[in-house]
Amino acid sequence: MTDTMNPFAGGIVGTPRLRKEDPALLTGESKFIDDLNLPGALWISCVRSPYAHARIGAIDASAALATDGVVAVYTGADLEGDWAGPLPCAWPVTDEMKNPAHLPVAVGKANFAGDAVAVVVATSRYAAADGAEGVVVDYEPLEAVVDLDDAASDRVVIHDDCGTNVSYDWPLVPDPDAVAAAFENAAHHVTETYVHQRLIPAPMEPRGVAAVPAPHNGDMTLYSSTQIPHVLKVMGALTLGMPEQKLRVIAPSVGGGFGCKLNVYAEELICMALANRHGGTVRWTETRTEAATSTIQGRAQKQTIELAADADGKLTAVRATLLADMGAYLQLVAPGVPLLGAFLYHGLYDVPAYAFTCRGVFTNLAPTDAYRGAGRPEATYAIERAMDALAVAVGVEPDEIRSRNYIPTEKFPYDSPAGLVFDSGNYQPTLDRAKELVDWDGRRAEQAERRAAGSTVQLGLGISSYVEMCGLAPSRTLAALNYGAGGWESATVRILPTCKVQVVTGSTPHGQGHETSWSMIVADQLGVDPDDVEVLHSDTAISPMGMDTYGSRSLSVGGTALWMATEKVIDKARTIAAHMLEASTEDLEFSGGTFSVKGSPDKEVPLAGVAFGAFTAHDLPDGVEPNLEAQVTWDPGNFVFPFGTHIAVVEVDEETGAVELVDYAAVDDCGNQINPMIVEGQLHGGIVQGIAQALWEDAVYDDDGQLRSASLADYLVPSAAECIDMKLDHTVTPSGTNPMGVKGIGEAGTIASTPAVMNAVVDALRPHGITDVRMPASPMTVRRAIEAAGGSS
Amino acid sequence: MEVSVTVNGTTRSADVEPRTLLAHFLRDELGLTGTNIGCDTSSCGACTVLVDGRSAKSCTLLTAQVDGAEVTTIEGLAGADGLHPMQQAFHECHALQCGYCTPGMVMAAVSLVDEYENLDAAGVRVGLEGNLCRCTGYQNIVKAVLAASE
Repeated sequence: MTDTMNPFAGGIVGTPRLRKEDPALLTGESKFIDDLNLPGALWISCVRSPYAHARIGAIDASAALATDGVVAVYTGADLEGDWAGPLPCAWPVTDEMKNPAHLPVAVGKANFAGDAVAVVVATSRYAAADGAEGVVVDYEPLEAVVDLDDAASDRVVIHDDCGTNVSYDWPLVPDPDAVAAAFENAAHHVTETYVHQRLIPAPMEPRGVAAVPAPHNGDMTLYSSTQIPHVLKVMGALTLGMPEQKLRVIAPSVGGGFGCKLNVYAEELICMALANRHGGTVRWTETRTEAATSTIQGRAQKQTIELAADADGKLTAVRATLLADMGAYLQLVAPGVPLLGAFLYHGLYDVPAYAFTCRGVFTNLAPTDAYRGAGRPEATYAIERAMDALAVAVGVEPDEIRSRNYIPTEKFPYDSPAGLVFDSGNYQPTLDRAKELVDWDGRRAEQAERRAAGSTVQLGLGISSYVEMCGLAPSRTLAALNYGAGGWESATVRILPTCKVQVVTGSTPHGQGHETSWSMIVADQLGVDPDDVEVLHSDTAISPMGMDTYGSRSLSVGGTALWMATEKVIDKARTIAAHMLEASTEDLEFSGGTFSVKGSPDKEVPLAGVAFGAFTAHDLPDGVEPNLEAQVTWDPGNFVFPFGTHIAVVEVDEETGAVELVDYAAVDDCGNQINPMIVEGQLHGGIVQGIAQALWEDAVYDDDGQLRSASLADYLVPSAAECIDMKLDHTVTPSGTNPMGVKGIGEAGTIASTPAVMNAVVDALRPHGITDVRMPASPMTVRRAIEAAGGSS
Repeated sequence: MEVSVTVNGTTRSADVEPRTLLAHFLRDELGLTGTNIGCDTSSCGACTVLVDGRSAKSCTLLTAQVDGAEVTTIEGLAGADGLHPMQQAFHECHALQCGYCTPGMVMAAVSLVDEYENLDAAGVRVGLEGNLCRCTGYQNIVKAVLAASE
């Protein structure tokens, strides 16, 4: 559609270019963490608490130490002196926030089933696992806190040093009087409560670590399957008390992250500490069971959302109240995850009054933290489910209630009631197009026919319109939210003597295809072939400055830094070219990789000539340094706000409770697209991940805090058989936040799809009087909802 | 115990612990790290290889069980003239992102296409049920397998 503000029109950018990452990944040539050949490495295995809450008594390691290949066994107490500080939480959302001591190996008490209580070091991974079996720990089980309301009641206090299970209360209520007045005068007052089950991120590659020390000069190289080598370097050095300049962190090929590798984990610190103790390489590869029990989990919230609206269903206020499960400890950014949604509980609707509060509590369950979307899926779910409830209350269709409330296009940039400025938006066309793609009217007619015919397989239609804030983030905004770091990104562009290009980025890809997209951007700017651009990343010795990849930030922040660095290189090349052509810089044009003098087409010099001239430095203008290289650190002035509308069509078998996907349409707008093929890929995967929350995935804990879905046989990551082909389309509304007019797309699919599917499930069951179905909408859950509503069939 | 396995056309003999999984034998003994391990319950399929031409999850097989067999891993798929048609189709259809499930997915797909004629999308989806991908939502994987099956 509109294609204004696109600096790349007519270039490689915007075309579906195949990925340069693929050949290595398709042939087994890529090296993931467990693939690294590190001769002589010792392996560790963690002995983990089988209890959710227990005092740790005597630990008998004698049988373990007698096992072939076992070198040593360490308890939490043995290693207590190895830590300069606890595992870090970088987001103390309030000054009063309670943050319990969190050591890499627990001392005194285990606080979730999976908490490490001892570590076995051995000469092979098999021997380490054998040794761990032989460690006998004397536990005194304590009552486990697993329910959020129970946790908030402080009936059992988990952390003595906190004195309460409430970590923090965080309010965002810009104008309480306006909210109160709106609800007082509301023609419609909708109150809904929703539960977000715990989710296991489950990237296909489990985590892994290898710490390679150089004992005599004090260097340490830490390999980790992480999204955040740069953050890990700072935090790892601080936690271990080692000089930061001596620590190099390398993320090899990373097999997916989805937020769960956006953390500083016990095993990273344990491997480094033990590498120091043993004077050699110490490594660990997570088992899938450990990935379930001991890596962070996502979501885990109880929500209450209230909408006030006038007689026509026009929203006048939104009030959201959350109870958020932090789990047993505060991981890296866990307290801030609900805050990333705090500004979005009014969705993409024009609402004058707004209130949000969140209480974060501890439980004896695995720690939670950022999981694809982090806060925004929860917010979008609440408002989009509640909008369907409002539509019913007002007596209009769900598309109509949305159209009446969308922020009008002429209001952008839009001052949101939560205090943000939405950069750009044009929402109605995404709804119109999504309806077309699923034949909304036809499906509604089919639904009515089935109902009239008394069919037991009902059809349901669900809409989800969303806006999200991503491109984390303006550093000053992060400061206002008490976040412990900035939100900038760094890039260096280097034109080599032969006019090949090296790009160094602080973004850290783990499947997103940065090498391809970054090459396309630079290629268009410089007029070179994308294959002549090499993108270097994920190693703090090569890319020393960076804030890494999460929060759909790579392109809008890291990509912008890259774009600016390339412009800076062109500026320098222009100065040199002007000298070579004996012209002034203002008279030069740069196009297709060649500098030419305006009006004198025969006077030109290719970039290759300038690059070689900059390298030989034989004849540079006075004051110009040799070589063509520029570095830029970009701190964005605002977030970016992608948006769109997704529609799900489902069939619900009332007799079996089975939900089947019938159709799915997604119309998204992430501004200008660099590589539409990659955008679609991100959407496909993201949508399925969100659908999985709605229909299949559930980290089920029992009342004792035992994880009942700790394997991929029990935790239902969808396979191809459950999924369907999705229909995708897009609109283009460029962002004004950055010069490329781009927005993030990594999380949009996950944010949008969960409420679309659940709205469809509830829509199918509405004749039963059903207004909510708990996620995941498994056959059992659906049947129980039907039975509770008095339906038999 | 002594085992002798023909891996990617070369016969390899080794003395292994009886409990050694084929996946670990390929990765740790032979250095063929293209075969990935993603779970401990035979659920994810990242470790899929071909044993005597049929797909098998190498984390579920003891090395001893394939004594005398022919094993093909992802490293043995591409020839001197470039990528195998299935690898090429995955590339052209953007059927991979992080790439961790990819070797297993490709091997399973090669076996599927070899075993069934006239595959349709539904057949591909059911046929690849034992291989999980967290990145792609499967849409482009199905597209790639259908393209390669033609």
